Amino acid sequence: MQRITGSFETSGRDGEGLIAAFRAATKRFGDVVAADALTLGIVRGEFLSFLGPSGCGKTTALRMLAGFETPTSGEVFLDGEEVSAVPPYRRPVNMVFQHYALFPHLTVAQNIAYGLWQRRPRPERAEIARQVDRALAMVRLSGFGPRRIWEMSGGQQQRVALARAIVNEPKILLLDEPLAALDRKLRREMQIELQTLQRELGITFVLVTHDQEEALSMSDRICIMRGGRIVQIGAPADLYDRPHNRYVADFVGKSNFVDGVLREVSGALGRIETAQGLGLGGRMGGPVAPGARVTLSIRPEQIGLARAAQPGAEPVSVVNRIFLGEHTEYLVRHAQLGDLLVLVPRQAEAGAGGFAPGESAFASWHPDAALILPQD
Amino acid sequence: MRLYALAVFGFLYLPIAIIALFSFNAGRHASQFAGFSTQWYGKALANPFVMEALWTSVSVAFASALIASVFGTMAALALQGMRGRVRAIADALIYIAVMVPGIVIGIATLIALVTLFGWINPLLARLAPEGAAPQLGMGHGTLIAAHALFSMALVILILRARLEGMDRALIEASADLYAPPLATFRQVTLPMIFPGILAGFLLSFTFSFDDFIIAFFVAGSETTLPIYVFSSIRRGVTPEINAIGTMVLGASLVLLIAAQLILRRGRRAAGKDGG
Ligand SMILES: Nc1ncnc2c1ncn2[C@@H]1O[C@H](COP(=O)(O)OP(=O)(O)OP(=O)(O)O)[C@@H](O)[C@H]1O
Ligand SMILES: [Mg+2]
Repeated sequence: MQRITGSFETSGRDGEGLIAAFRAATKRFGDVVAADALTLGIVRGEFLSFLGPSGCGKTTALRMLAGFETPTSGEVFLDGEEVSAVPPYRRPVNMVFQHYALFPHLTVAQNIAYGLWQRRPRPERAEIARQVDRALAMVRLSGFGPRRIWEMSGGQQQRVALARAIVNEPKILLLDEPLAALDRKLRREMQIELQTLQRELGITFVLVTHDQEEALSMSDRICIMRGGRIVQIGAPADLYDRPHNRYVADFVGKSNFVDGVLREVSGALGRIETAQGLGLGGRMGGPVAPGARVTLSIRPEQIGLARAAQPGAEPVSVVNRIFLGEHTEYLVRHAQLGDLLVLVPRQAEAGAGGFAPGESAFASWHPDAALILPQD
Repeated sequence: MRLYALAVFGFLYLPIAIIALFSFNAGRHASQFAGFSTQWYGKALANPFVMEALWTSVSVAFASALIASVFGTMAALALQGMRGRVRAIADALIYIAVMVPGIVIGIATLIALVTLFGWINPLLARLAPEGAAPQLGMGHGTLIAAHALFSMALVILILRARLEGMDRALIEASADLYAPPLATFRQVTLPMIFPGILAGFLLSFTFSFDDFIIAFFVAGSETTLPIYVFSSIRRGVTPEINAIGTMVLGASLVLLIAAQLILRRGRRAAGKDGG
């Protein structure tokens, strides 16, 4: 499996190792631009996620790959071929639908066999049965073949939908919020299962989700979308450590944001001034000129809390404390910066003990850990 | 309030109960119960006029229900693809078609057919050699046509509800799994709406079988069972008529209940909890 790092935006059908690509693909529904000039390459064998808030065009992008939507303009490539005019039933991809869309009038086994059954020439019955059994085993549902769909639990239906798609060995498996209907615990299990399955099969997975945790934990690369556009593409750690703007920093992980104006830049470091006149240093996260409105982003785990004042530390008062097991999450209040979220690992509190709400403390962070980002 | 409800049910069902009761009357008279007997059922079934009328009714009901189911299904599928205002107008027209009084449909159909035949028959006469020209007139064909027309609206209504309740994602899933449109229709759409088609067929059959008003206008010289009953009542109500009425009632009830059961079972199978 190929791993891609950094921002990777391939546009051509000639791109090596690409299983699919969008080139300036735009989809309009009346006045709504659901997908706005998407340009993106999908690498053979990768696990790619589209992440973004509701209505940002994730499903539309997926449906253009599946063939349910034709781009208003631009092109979609599958395995080197322009496929805008190819109907869904001729595309070598399969989709796991959000509400599974299992056929209620067929048994579990018949559902899974559906795709094989459409092949011409039609495979032998025994061959189909063998493959169905294999797919059932793969999703740990051996023996459930003769059941009716409504006799299956939500999690089991999810697995049937998965088996129904992978049994066809598609070039790309498309998943539209496949885990949204499952409860938390089951979702976590399925995430691991999906990841394992992807490694075993070596099939390219394209997942749509608005759950950042899901995207971060499963994907090789994440494509962050907003308003039909791609904001940033990269590996999860990349997006987390080097977001291009405030939107990405906000969407990937939790962060504290301080708005201000960029006053000076020297090399990779910069200095901002908040509305209250407080000066704060940070690392430049994007190309911004002095004088521009920017946002300083500090991850909660990058902030330390201490009882004693240190040079550069900011005085705060503890507002709230949530014990999370290996971490403790504090909400602290700063006179000028407002409320800040602080995540303190368990061992850091082992000696001195935790802070109680109402207590005063000093918050500090390394200037490298504060990112100065464009505000849009 | 409860008394009132009881009275309403009494008025509704008492006459029917009396008909059913007197059909088992051993005596000749419709108003005096003279012991239990099933002789009138035997008499009714042995009466050649009754049997002929029954056959006419059954064959008309079957043919019209078949036509209504096929064309109604096609119409419902076509309507499914419509959007916006066209769809709203089409929906309204279908509702109206179901609610138009039978007598209006009867008159309208009669006038339409007479006018049509007035045009076609001279043409046929001119085309065919002397004397051998087939002439169109009221009868079996017009009965079937009129009933099929009305029943079609019923079938469309039932199927629209079913198609509406069907998850569009199922069609997409089928296409995604390599089934071309025709295969998707055969393997997904048709099985999903089949209970609706069957229920529509049964309802259409029942409607046609029981209909008097429309049939009376377009039957020509044909006699359906309701028309036979009506004409023999003019010679007085006999237990034989009661027996026929009871049998028609029984058959209709069975068909209606069957249609209801099919619809309900189909709905459960396609239910949201299943998909
Ligand atoms: N068939 C359609 N007709 C009209 N507008 C549509 C259609 N499909 C999508 N849209 C619009 O396009 C935009 C993007 O929709 P899309 O379904 O791709 O969003 P999404 O990112 O998948 O959102 P969600 O997380 O809510 O599923 C939305 O504004 C939506 O209203
Ligand atoms: Mg969506």
